[in-house]
Amino acid sequence: MSANMIKNAAGRMVPDSINGQPAVPFKGVGKHRPEGRKYAPPIPSCIDYPDDGNKVVKSLKEALELCGLRDGMCISTHHHLRDGDMVSNMIFDLAHDKGIKDLVWLPSASFPVNDPLVSYLIDGTINRIEGSMNGPLGRAVSEGKMKGTAILRSHGGRVQAIQDGEVKIDIAVIACPSADMFGNATATEGPSACGVLGYAKADYMYADRVIVVTDNLVPVPCFPMLIEGNYVDFVVVVDKIGMPEKIVSGTTTITRSPDRLLIAELTAKFCEVTGMLRDGCYMQAGAGGTSLAIGYYMHQILKAKGQACQLGFGGTTKYMVQMLEEGTMKHILDAQAFDLDAVASISRNANHHHYPVFNAYNFHSKGNLTSMMDIMILGATEVDLNYNGNVVTHSDGYLLHGIGGWQNCLHARNVILPVPLFRDRIPVIVDEVTTLVGPGEMIDVIITERGIAINPKRLDLLDAVKGSGLPLKTIEQLKAEADALCGIPKKPRYKDNVVAAIKWVDGTVIDSVRQLDI
Amino acid sequence: MSIRIAEAGNEGPKVRSDCKVIIELRDSGGLEINVKSKVKSLYGDDILKQLQELSDYFGLKNALVSIIDQGALPFVIAARFESVVKLLGISEREYLPAFLPQNKYSTRRDIFRFTRLYLPGNTPAMMLNAGLHGSNGIILDLEDSVAPAKKDEARLLIRNVLRCIDLFGAERMVRINQGERGLEDLKYVIPQNVNLVLVPKCESVEYLKQVDASIARCKAPEFKDHPVFLMPIIESALGVEMAFELAKATPNVVALAIGLEDFTADLGTKRTQEGTESLYARYRMVNACKAAGIQPIDSVYSDVDNMDGLRENVASSKALGFEGMGCIHPRQVPVIQECFAPDSDELDKAMKIVNAAIEGEKAGLGVVSLGSKMIDPPVVKRAERTINLAINLNIIDKNWRDNYVS
Repeated sequence: MSANMIKNAAGRMVPDSINGQPAVPFKGVGKHRPEGRKYAPPIPSCIDYPDDGNKVVKSLKEALELCGLRDGMCISTHHHLRDGDMVSNMIFDLAHDKGIKDLVWLPSASFPVNDPLVSYLIDGTINRIEGSMNGPLGRAVSEGKMKGTAILRSHGGRVQAIQDGEVKIDIAVIACPSADMFGNATATEGPSACGVLGYAKADYMYADRVIVVTDNLVPVPCFPMLIEGNYVDFVVVVDKIGMPEKIVSGTTTITRSPDRLLIAELTAKFCEVTGMLRDGCYMQAGAGGTSLAIGYYMHQILKAKGQACQLGFGGTTKYMVQMLEEGTMKHILDAQAFDLDAVASISRNANHHHYPVFNAYNFHSKGNLTSMMDIMILGATEVDLNYNGNVVTHSDGYLLHGIGGWQNCLHARNVILPVPLFRDRIPVIVDEVTTLVGPGEMIDVIITERGIAINPKRLDLLDAVKGSGLPLKTIEQLKAEADALCGIPKKPRYKDNVVAAIKWVDGTVIDSVRQLDI
Repeated sequence: MSIRIAEAGNEGPKVRSDCKVIIELRDSGGLEINVKSKVKSLYGDDILKQLQELSDYFGLKNALVSIIDQGALPFVIAARFESVVKLLGISEREYLPAFLPQNKYSTRRDIFRFTRLYLPGNTPAMMLNAGLHGSNGIILDLEDSVAPAKKDEARLLIRNVLRCIDLFGAERMVRINQGERGLEDLKYVIPQNVNLVLVPKCESVEYLKQVDASIARCKAPEFKDHPVFLMPIIESALGVEMAFELAKATPNVVALAIGLEDFTADLGTKRTQEGTESLYARYRMVNACKAAGIQPIDSVYSDVDNMDGLRENVASSKALGFEGMGCIHPRQVPVIQECFAPDSDELDKAMKIVNAAIEGEKAGLGVVSLGSKMIDPPVVKRAERTINLAINLNIIDKNWRDNYVS
């Protein structure tokens, strides 16, 4: 049975059903409201759990069996251990050994460490991934090697889908750097310490069954409880949940590329000139080399003026910690620690707080942190002449990476995309994005090494930069400049079948990705 | 026996925006083209078409043409291809990509040369955006930064860069090689509207005259009225002793630069942060330049991560009388620019003097005075220079006197 393709409000063709479930096409920003009551997991009773609180079972295999692992189940994992994660693959190795088929994997993100799972996409152990697809997983999906249709959601969209029942998690497997026998767990201690666990909250609250996997069993109580044992069914102790050197970088470093530094400097200046960077502002930037440099320049500007931003949401790195400790940032709200300095800061600094994405990005939340942000620094693989953005596919049509928090972050007051005008020979500004992930009406500024383009609808910003000496251009001028150097790239060729659906933050389908014709 | 296979360009995991072209001549069988490219799905057809066109242009009929491409822009591919053609001795023709109209600007003797950014001559990735970093000049280097085996291909690459890459108004400079090779380099680069030639390890007035004469012969008709200035680089004890003669060698010499790495080696000593070992050389060179009415330019500062060290270095350089410095990383540009710029005390004083001079002239006074103090004409001239400099660097507005309160 194949789905019908219909045109959504953004003009993109999307399927009306995905993996046999009806799907709502994107209606426009802020136009869709799922109704009814939130999804709820089955009612547990404490009499079914050991009175002595000891939920430790002898292996992950046993825990999965006790959870009733069977064909077609949905297994969720999270990505705090990033490229050092050893648990996700373990689950599917065990499932494969038991001959289980058609699982749905709901990771909060995937990493190169998960590349071996490609073989389970091909042999049918995994029916589909609902999450992010990087590297070889993305290639396999784009080439039509996965049975089901992938669904890509933002971090907030993942919480939304779990809360409104679009996704039902059968088993959540949560790798935790420290846990006690009751299932309370935390992330600052243990050989695989990753700092915080900002992505697992919806998983443990809404899954039918919850397994905590740790390599550092501590006496009760394990504090601070980032995972509350009252939601946990089983605790498993393994030798190692992760490879520490790949979980957090020893140190994150600012880019040394002159062009990226130039982009970073322009971005910081832009924020200063327009008044977004001011005493008391809220800001968020990523952990890429350019973002770090932007943070560094902003720190210098604030320091020189004796000002401080009120809060920074992260993705935390040593550079944000430096801002906190040198007084240019008053609070860090942290969903994920990127380096060892960030991990250490959580225990050291009272104003460095654990803050799950559950509270920052979720569509079914009574308000969100992201819409309060004054400055939002994001990346993109492509931006088009209508300021639409793409972060999931490469210009050659291959699925490249997940959405992460990108769509959620578009709700900030000022969304700024510092991007190079071209990468190698590949232009970033295109006529029309290969895949629509973020509507142009939400993207305000594109900053490249060759000039700054402001979305014409932001008359206030256009006004604020007058006479600033910043190199302003139209997005058409920027595109023409890149095209003159690079030439126009050929568009990818597709087959008819949809291999992935891209969800908007409210659960509607904003675009679809088709199988490549190669 | 003639060569049947040759290659040019670079490949490897760290190479970006470049390519390697390999051509193997065959006796028959026509043209076979092999494209391996990082951007093949997007530009594979374009690359294939370009290689076919280049083969036609050079009359290449029976050969295996291979490219290993890391996202090279078309002008890079063309330069690499032509280099292989020259190695194989297939054709003497030059393949000249279109000259960007915005690259046809000229220069003036008296412009500021605070910063000149060195770019290794065979690394396209560093060249594409070089003009964005705001240096007064951009040096495309054929000398020390290019491996001996790559010298010929660098010439063609630089030739194409001068035609195809917008340098955004930076003075277009080339550092040629020493001796005969340097004179040969001129044939490739001078027709491309070069503004200034750096002559390395300069010790001889005679050689500078030869360079000057060769330049005059190599100029393209379109740019024959554009001056091509010379900046000899003093890098030896003899060069230092010759400084004044070199400064006066031809009217096209606009500056002398000092290269301290080679100079200290020539002295048999080591370069230090304080630079006491080169003090004499630097004094002497500054003096020679001032005596000849040209600009003295200081050596590069090689620790690119040490911005504080760079700042100190520029301060002492400025104090000695230098009027510029080389940059080996774009991040050094703003620091050097800022340090050579007049500080607020200098600027205050200059504004007072210039203002008094203008007021004095209005009042028909023959002499300028500030309070009870008489101001000599050379002092006024220097103050005007400082003001113009500040205007050019956007430190003050060109109509600064409109709101000036003395």
